[in-house]
Amino acid sequence: MSLLRVDAVTRRFGGVVAVDGASLNVPKGTITGLIGPNGAGKTTLFAIISGFVTPSAGRVVWKDADITSMKPHQRARQCISRTFQIVQPFAGLTVLENIAIGAYLRHADRSEAMRLAADVAKRVGLAAQGGQQASALTVAGRKRLELARALATEPELLLLDEVLAGLNPSEIRDIIPLIRAIRDDGVTILMIEHVMQAVTNLCEQVTVLAQGRVIASGAPRQICTDPAVVEAYLGRGAAARMQAHA
Amino acid sequence: MSPRGLMPMLILLAALALVPAFGSNTSINFLVSALIVALAAQGWNLLGGFCGQFSFGHAAFFGTGAYVDAVLQARYGVNAWAASAVAIAAGAGVGWLIGFLSFRAGLRGSYFALITLAFAEVLRISANAAPITGGATGLLLKLDARAANFQFASRGVFCLIALTCVALVLALSVWIARGRLGAQFAAVRENEDAARALGIDVLATKLRAISLSAAVTAAAGCLYTQYFLYLDANIAYGSWISVEALLAVIVGGISTPAGPIFGALALHALGEVTRLIARGVTGIDLVLFGLILIAAIAFAPTGLAGLASRLRRALG
Amino acid sequence: MYSPAIIAEAMVNGLLTGAVYALVALGLTLVYGVLHIINFAHGALLTCAMFAVWGLSEGLGVNVYFTIVPLAVVMFGVGYALQYWLIGPASRGEDSNTLLVTLGLSIAIENALLAVFHSDTRTLSGDAAFDVVELGPMLLSRPRLIGFGVSLLVALVLWLLLTRTDAGKAMRAVAKEPMGARLAGIDVRHIFALTFGIGCACLAVAAGLLLPTFYVTPRVGNAFVLVAFTIVVLGGMGSVPGALIGGLLIGMVESLGGLLFGESLGQGGIFVIFILVLLLRPQGLFGARA
Repeated sequence: MSLLRVDAVTRRFGGVVAVDGASLNVPKGTITGLIGPNGAGKTTLFAIISGFVTPSAGRVVWKDADITSMKPHQRARQCISRTFQIVQPFAGLTVLENIAIGAYLRHADRSEAMRLAADVAKRVGLAAQGGQQASALTVAGRKRLELARALATEPELLLLDEVLAGLNPSEIRDIIPLIRAIRDDGVTILMIEHVMQAVTNLCEQVTVLAQGRVIASGAPRQICTDPAVVEAYLGRGAAARMQAHA
Repeated sequence: MSPRGLMPMLILLAALALVPAFGSNTSINFLVSALIVALAAQGWNLLGGFCGQFSFGHAAFFGTGAYVDAVLQARYGVNAWAASAVAIAAGAGVGWLIGFLSFRAGLRGSYFALITLAFAEVLRISANAAPITGGATGLLLKLDARAANFQFASRGVFCLIALTCVALVLALSVWIARGRLGAQFAAVRENEDAARALGIDVLATKLRAISLSAAVTAAAGCLYTQYFLYLDANIAYGSWISVEALLAVIVGGISTPAGPIFGALALHALGEVTRLIARGVTGIDLVLFGLILIAAIAFAPTGLAGLASRLRRALG
Repeated sequence: MYSPAIIAEAMVNGLLTGAVYALVALGLTLVYGVLHIINFAHGALLTCAMFAVWGLSEGLGVNVYFTIVPLAVVMFGVGYALQYWLIGPASRGEDSNTLLVTLGLSIAIENALLAVFHSDTRTLSGDAAFDVVELGPMLLSRPRLIGFGVSLLVALVLWLLLTRTDAGKAMRAVAKEPMGARLAGIDVRHIFALTFGIGCACLAVAAGLLLPTFYVTPRVGNAFVLVAFTIVVLGGMGSVPGALIGGLLIGMVESLGGLLFGESLGQGGIFVIFILVLLLRPQGLFGARA
């Protein structure tokens, strides 16, 4: 069953078409990857799904209901939660307070929200930094904080916008099991990712975006050898050249 | 803020409660003026400190509170207490309306500061011209010192009432700061996009903040009317109260519940001393206020509250 | 109804005043455009300049127009120093701090002037205000004509400075990308101070042009700066041509409004325009949506 469906969504900025009739399906309980070269429109598509950008055409369907015109905060209440590629911490607050703001979405009571925040902090590995100012965290710490805040809203769908970007290989190795554990707890995940190793490792299915269009969709292994995908990444004729070399 | 952090404030408030019993009329007058500004500043802090929206026009709310209270009594014979209640609600309403217009248009930072200033000025010019407010001659309330009229023969009683208002708003501020509403305010202040992503309705949150803020500042306006029994447009909607409310918060410690009270008292004491030293030179106290504002931003961005806690840490 | 001649005269008079408004607004918009801050002390600095012109002219007997150039140099220095040593360091790059620091500055300056000069209204002696030129059917004030010409000239010079000189290019680079400009070796702090200085120099010129037909009090700057804010918002924050067109427009609106509805409505009317523009078109009449 598909939890989220994007139906032929288009978004123009002036004369530029950032997303061009893109469709995609996120089945419940999966980790779905959204990949594509720089400037492919991934982040715009993400913004459309999370409600920060309204599409010029097309629909976003959440559990069979049209949510295309719903505001971001309403989508968060509908259990769609996102992280930001460029981390957006509440810099003046502590790590725990940051997470608690997510938790307050479903818990009006302070002690309950703080308890949930502490739980989530432990889960993402930020327990030791709970009392620190968010601005004092390392890059990896801030990425975890993004994740923690989103998790604290108790989402059914988690939209991860390049949570691995900017991390070193060992930090990536540490965070991959965490993402898988989140999925195993029943949270469906849609992630934009550049780190291909992580994509093949984590995702059940991958959608490839290039110049605003979906050019391929399927299992990671199958995607990697898709000529259209290879050309999108490496340039025209690359697939043929690779075939010739093989 | 932890209950322990509030101790100095509570001790101070208790000490101030003794002033009416033992203090002279001059000291009571001083304290009432300072408390009215403190209350207005507490209102400013709810919007500017907690929610990060700097207003340069809180006179709009102070003046609305003061005028509605005065006009209802003087023109329509409404009971003073009822008039005050209506005035506070009217202040909140004006706050909501200004907020709705400006926040919905996406005004932030300098733009929001400018538009609040403009709203306050429009109100000042209108009040100065409108017959119902007494125009440029102002509005005088009948002196009839009875508790039912929210007027008291003893200044001390009024002082205690002002003190109670300040204490109540302090309690409200602490309660907000510790709860979900305070967390939402802080989220909007720190990062609107992130707040949105976490399910916070940013516009609604800002409207809550500005309505609450305006209600508290309007209450300060009511106290002014009831104590001085005279208003004109330059008092009610004048930029002095916008500036003092903001200044008290910055000097006292922004977004701390007790900051505005410390700030207002410190500034008033300082203003008093300056006026004594530079006798007869108009404006000299305001020159000092301006310089203090700059110095506070430059050297003590967390205000007196921040200085105190830094001092405490330094002393161990 | 008014005769076409009266309306035409009001419109031309509005344009003449509007040019000087534009000059005040130019300083404000330039500082906003490059530093991205709203200088709340702009009005108070204008008042300072006006008192300086008044003092030089009345006290030392210098011709008003001869005070402009030296005063512009002095005001440039004052502005440069204020931004370089006071506003910049005190605000530590936070917009809200800048807002408060310049607010503090304006309170301090205004009240210091009040303490020294009291709230009396001062004008230049002499009959400059009655010096008129006959232009077809219209009688126009000579000082205001001079004001118009000089304002346009200053705007042109400023425009050339911004587009043709290295300093101007550096200013525009800093306006777009302060970080990138710093990496390219531009001394951003110096450029900020330079811009602020130029903004203040504009005020000196405006002061010299205003005083022959206007008065000065410690609070006079507020009236102008409000108009200037309106113009800047109307013309698009940071836009030089916008400020010029906005200034001329507001000058005409004020003049015609005064003719048709009476002077008292003037200030309130400008506030209302200001609010409406902010609410409906915060990017300005000529600006692109940010």
